[in-house]
This record gives sequence, structure tokens and C-alpha cells, in this order.
Amino acid sequence: MKDFNIVIAGVGGQGILTLGYIISKTAMDQGFDVRMAEVHGLSQRYGAIVCHIRFGKKIFSPLVMCGKADLVIGLEPLEGLRNAYYGSKKTVFLLDNYPIIPVSVYLFNKKYPKLEEIGEDLKPFSKKVIFVNASKKAKELAGNVIAANIYMVGAAVSKRLLPLRKDLVFKNIKGVIKPKYYEVNEKVFNAAFEV
Amino acid sequence: MVRELLSPEVGKKLILLGNEAIVRGSLEAGVRFVSTYPGTPASEIGDRFAVIAKEAGIYFEYSTNEKVAMEAAAGASFAGLKSLVAMKHFGINVASDSLLPIAYVGTRGGMVVIVADDPSGWSSAQSEQDSRYYPRMGHIPLLEPSNPQECKEVTKFAFELSKQFEIPVIIRTTTRVAHTRSPVTFGQITKIDGKGRFIKDLERYNTLPPNVIALHEKIVEKNEKIRDFFEQSELNFIVNKKKSKFGIITSGVSFNYVVDALDELGIKIPVLKLTTTHPLPRKKIIDFLKLLKSVLIVEELEPVLEKDIKVIAQEEKLKIEIRGKNLVPRAGELTPEKVLLAISKFLNKKPSFNFDLHLKKFKRVDVSRRFPVMCPGCPYRPAFYAVKEAAGEEVVLGGDIGCYMLGIFPPANAADFILNMGAGEGVIHGINKASDQKTIAFIGDSTFFHAGIPALMNMVFNKSNPLVIILDNLTTAMTGHQPHPGTGITGIGEKTRTIVIEDMVKACGANVKVVDPYNIQEMISAVKESLKSKETSVIVARRECRLLFLRKAKKADIKLNKFQINPKRCNKCGICLERFGCPAIYKDEKGFYINEELCNGCGVCSQICPSKAIEVKK
Repeated sequence: MKDFNIVIAGVGGQGILTLGYIISKTAMDQGFDVRMAEVHGLSQRYGAIVCHIRFGKKIFSPLVMCGKADLVIGLEPLEGLRNAYYGSKKTVFLLDNYPIIPVSVYLFNKKYPKLEEIGEDLKPFSKKVIFVNASKKAKELAGNVIAANIYMVGAAVSKRLLPLRKDLVFKNIKGVIKPKYYEVNEKVFNAAFEV
Repeated sequence: MVRELLSPEVGKKLILLGNEAIVRGSLEAGVRFVSTYPGTPASEIGDRFAVIAKEAGIYFEYSTNEKVAMEAAAGASFAGLKSLVAMKHFGINVASDSLLPIAYVGTRGGMVVIVADDPSGWSSAQSEQDSRYYPRMGHIPLLEPSNPQECKEVTKFAFELSKQFEIPVIIRTTTRVAHTRSPVTFGQITKIDGKGRFIKDLERYNTLPPNVIALHEKIVEKNEKIRDFFEQSELNFIVNKKKSKFGIITSGVSFNYVVDALDELGIKIPVLKLTTTHPLPRKKIIDFLKLLKSVLIVEELEPVLEKDIKVIAQEEKLKIEIRGKNLVPRAGELTPEKVLLAISKFLNKKPSFNFDLHLKKFKRVDVSRRFPVMCPGCPYRPAFYAVKEAAGEEVVLGGDIGCYMLGIFPPANAADFILNMGAGEGVIHGINKASDQKTIAFIGDSTFFHAGIPALMNMVFNKSNPLVIILDNLTTAMTGHQPHPGTGITGIGEKTRTIVIEDMVKACGANVKVVDPYNIQEMISAVKESLKSKETSVIVARRECRLLFLRKAKKADIKLNKFQINPKRCNKCGICLERFGCPAIYKDEKGFYINEELCNGCGVCSQICPSKAIEVKK
């Protein structure tokens, strides 16, 4: 397999680094070399967050090269669009359809785009744009949108957008959450395979 | 998970941050004493030691600032223990006053200084500082790892080097090394017991002239020996070694981008990867340059290697073209594509992917900015709101470093400048003296202990009358909730004496009032009152960081109120959203709402709503 490049985008507090860790650890368990680039501190406070993951036989750069992402996971649709930079005609964008509107939209009288507009804007940077109900499903099944990241990795695996094994991904989800949350997270994870 | 860093299993592979790999490397080297002041991108080094230090039998402390941390680590090393001190780039500015003489007298037990630079400012404001100048100023060996595994190996090597040459060693990382995660293979942990002992030796520790001149000569000599030692080091290596017209010299994270860029271009040219970047392995560099006609130096930020290598080439009278910052950007962090474009110009070879076209297309995508904001329920938001209500727009506001620097963004607009830790007070004093303007300086609790006390004393001593607002959220929030002298808890969770901020302020001779910023009216009147004062006055705006509070509430199973906007009462004035700016509040064509998922239940919005439309959700 050639190197696999993922960009995960979202809003600080959405569990982006946790999601990144689950993917990176699974890639390592499957025998790949991995690099994951994180951001901490300032940008984490509800700011725009980007995490890069690259895995393959031997990896050097922790950052994905412009236009070279295989998969962009957007835990928030506008954040997916913000990272169009990493997409090209071979990139799939997997986006949660649940918007978190940035304060700047109100302050500067801007419009938050409709999902169709986001899909349209992403066309020149993608092979395909897929919207999923991650936050809504997480809210419905776990009572809280915070589990949306677990749904997203489930969706990526079930749609074969991520060359990782379902069982190992779930093993690593269990590695990062408290035992009392196993059951709800399993529900959310499995729901992504039912669609 | 953090405790896995203590695993005795040799050969175990874990996915670690560069910072965590430094922790593991220190354990394998036998570190005994660790001090730090939290600063991202270095914070996780201290945070991991805070969890494992007791079990590992290591002394760990969060010091009050980096200078003190540096001195503490030097003391431990003078007493014969292996010590580590970690800080962000600006930390070394604070600590440099101590670092330079420490290097002169030399260390004993082995002392390693970690400094994490942050190109592009992912976790910092202030400047895009390149800390590689410090080793050059201070005659201190410098090592730059490129990835987490190297972080671990280089840390072990640094301790050996420091012990052997009796000199502190700096390891400099950057965000994309410190905050990169990748598999790291464990080696053997070294456990050492017993106390250290300081052996008196005035000839060594006396920095008074004329001894200081002798020490200067000695450290220069030491550096030459270290240079020879570095010539043999396998940490510096050549990829694609052959005679070639073109070649590249690089270090740190840039090495990775060079490898990927050459791969993308489908070109193999010699690359010298340097890890020991001060003093430079001169012979190794000369031998490499002799293979080439033209060399490109790929480094982030300043042309540090470039200038050193130009000097070497000139001294050796080498006929070689040396390029660097005329192709590689100087401002902003490097990325694989920036390096690819620089190499492509250097070799005059077009990449197959059309980056220019791609960037043109990308520029057409219009996305609203999402700047970081204070959390819902953050006590800083009402403090800033009250200051604006009480003092208006004319007052000059000095910002400082911490979560409250987010106040510089609208709608708070609560800083007219932000420089560095403690400078809010220091600079506002100068403005106060130089003008007739009303002046307010903000400073956080941890920052007050770090750098705010001398500046406050200076105001009192020199008779100026700014208002200082100490935003006390009872933690060091921005870097990950580390304790400080005002919290009554040490870095390893032991109880200690609480240093009470208002007592400290009184001791400095200023008037002080303690106010809960959740009480908007009280906060507004306190600000109004204090601004009238002819003397230095201080308001301690005390309320715990909401994130910390939520964590405690969750543990104790306390249910928080959620607030909602009653559409019948709301007159759509927009104050809650456009002036208060809590991220839990939003609007659409029909009205204003509170997102229940985001509301952290502080209820301050219900106090500021003029039509009393915000109420507890039942």
C-alpha cells in the first residue's frame, strides 16, 4: 500500500485528538509506520483544529502535503471546507452535517453556508463529499454530541474510506474511554455500520 | 496511559508525542530531578512527570517561572544528580540570565534543557522566536531531533554528553516534533537511588573577574572538544551519498519535508541531516560540501545553519553556491509543499502536481474565521464585559499571556496590546506615566506569580496609578490546568502553603479588592471605584476556571443549570451575542437561542440581558 494521508478537522473540544489517536494506534497495530501531527494550547479553545495522520511502510513528514489527502474527516462541515487545501481529485471528504456556527459569522454579518454550498465548493478539491449524521446519532444514542467522533471513525471504516480493521479500531476506542462508557460508544460505533 | 511511560518492558512500542518520548528518554538516562514552568509546545513534558514522578522516585516541580526552574535544575546538577528542565521558547528568554553563567561554571550530574519553539504560533503569541541563537550566544551544545523516536535517543545522548563534558545541553524541538505522535521503541530504564551532594569548589563556581575570563576560555575550549566529538556522531548522517551537482543540508522537522519533497519530485540527491547543530561538525560539513557544486540549506525560521555554513565555506575557500532563505520562507512554519517548491526552484524541476493552480482555486473558497474563544462559562468573559461597561472604550487596556489573551478578539476587544508575560503591567505603567490616559492592566494568576510581582512593585514604588486586574481562575488554564503557588497544591499533588494573591498585593503596597466576576454589577462598580484612585489599585477577579469546575461537578454528580432564552421576553437587542459573545448563544432569522450542549450554566448572560429574557431551563 502507498502512504495513506488523513486530515481531521473540527472545532476545539470535539475530541479530534482522541479520534486521531484511535486511528494512529490502529494503524500501528496493523503494522504501519505512523505520524500524527497535533495542535495543543491556544487553538484548542473552540478554535479551528486540524490534525494530520499519515501511515504506510515508512513515514517521514507528520504533515500531509497540500492536495495529497486521501481522506478528510470534518467533525464540523465548515471545518471540512476550510481544509479544502488538502484535497484534490482523489480525496474523499467525510463530513458531519451538524454545523457549529463561529462567532465571527454574527460579528461580521456573514452567512454560514448551506450544506449543499459546502458540497459545491468542495467539488474542485474532491472525488466525493459524503455528509453523515454523526452528531445527531451520537446525541440520540449516547445522549451527547461528544461521541460523534466515534461515529465518524465508524463511518470511515464502514464506507471503506479508511484501510483499517473494524475490530482493531473498536479495541483502540476501548483503550481511550472509561469502561462505563464502552456500551454507549459501541452503540454509536456500530450505528455507523448500519446505514 | 501516562503510566505506561514507566514500563520496564524493553522493546515495547507505544505511540508517543515527541514530548512524551523526551520523558521516556530521560527515564532511560536515569534522570533524578525535573523542573519546568508550563508552556506549550513543551507542556506535556512536565505534565507527564507530574503523574509518574512519585512512582519513578524522581523529584518533580512546577517552578514559579522558567528562570527559577533553570536554577533549580542547575542546583540539582551541581549536587551531582541528572536534571532536566523544560520550557517553551519564550521561557528560555526568562531563563537565559541564569543559563549563561551556569554553562560557564559547568554542570556536574548531567543537565539537559528542553526548549520548544513554535513556528507559526500554534500555541503562542509574542514572536516567532528561533531559540537556536541561545546555544551560539552561550557556548552550549545543541541537539535537534526530527521525530519522537529521535527525541528519545537524543535525550539519552544529551545526558551522556552533559555528564562527560560537564556542560548543560540544549535540546531544541519545534511544534511539529514536540506535538507529533509516532511509534517509539522502549529501552532500559536506569534507576539510581541516594541523595546528591554539593561539593564546594570556588575555583569552579566563582564567576567574578578575573576567574570569569578563565571560565570563558575554558568553555570555548570545551566547545571545540565537543565539536570533535560530534564529528563522530551517527546522529548526523547522509542520505543518497554520492558526487552530485546539487545537495541539501537540513535539520529537525525540515529533514522529513526534504525526504518527502524529493520523493514527490522523483529525484535522488545527497542530503546531510544534522542533529548536533551547535557546535557544528565542521569536517563532516566540509566533506559533504566537497561532493557538490550547489547546496540548499533547508531550515525553519532564521538562517542559522546557513550563516554558519557560509562562514565554514568561506574559511575553507570552497567553490560552492550556498542557497537558503532566498528560496525557503523565513516566516511561518515550513510545510512539505513549501519545501517542495523551494527544492523545485533550486533544481529547476517542475513538480507533477500543479500547486499554483491548486492555491488559486483554494483562494476562491471563502470561509468565516473561527478564532479561538473563551469557553462558555469562562469567568474572564464577564470580567472583560464589566470593564467595558465601567470604563468605556477610551481606557488603555494592557493584555498579557494566558487564556485571557483571547480577550483581544471581538466582541470583548479587551486588549490594546499583548507582548509577553508580565508586560501588561510593565508597559501600562509606562503609558500611565507618559500620558493622561486611564490605564488598566490585565494579568492572570499564574502569570502574576511568574512575572507580575516586580512590575506591580514598580508601579507602587514609582507612584503611578493604573488599575491592575488579576484574573484569578485558580489554575494555569491555557497550558492544561497546572497548579501554581496560589493553589496550595504542588506539581505532584501534595498539599503546600497557599500564597494568597491579595496578601502579596498588599505586601507590594497596593490597594486591593477581591470580586467575583460572575457578579456583574459588583465587578462594574469595583472597576469604576478603582479607576478614581490616585494610587496603584488592584482588583482580584476570582472565580475558578469553568472547565475545572465542570470536571469536579461531573465527578461529584452535580447537575448544572442550563439556561434558555424566553422568546416572549426577548426583544432581540443582541447584547448577549454581539457584546457578551458567549459561544453557546446563537441566532437565526426568528430569534436568539442558547445551545444546551454548549451552555456551562454560569448564568451571567441572565444578568446582562436588559429584558430579563434569559432564564433557567426547567
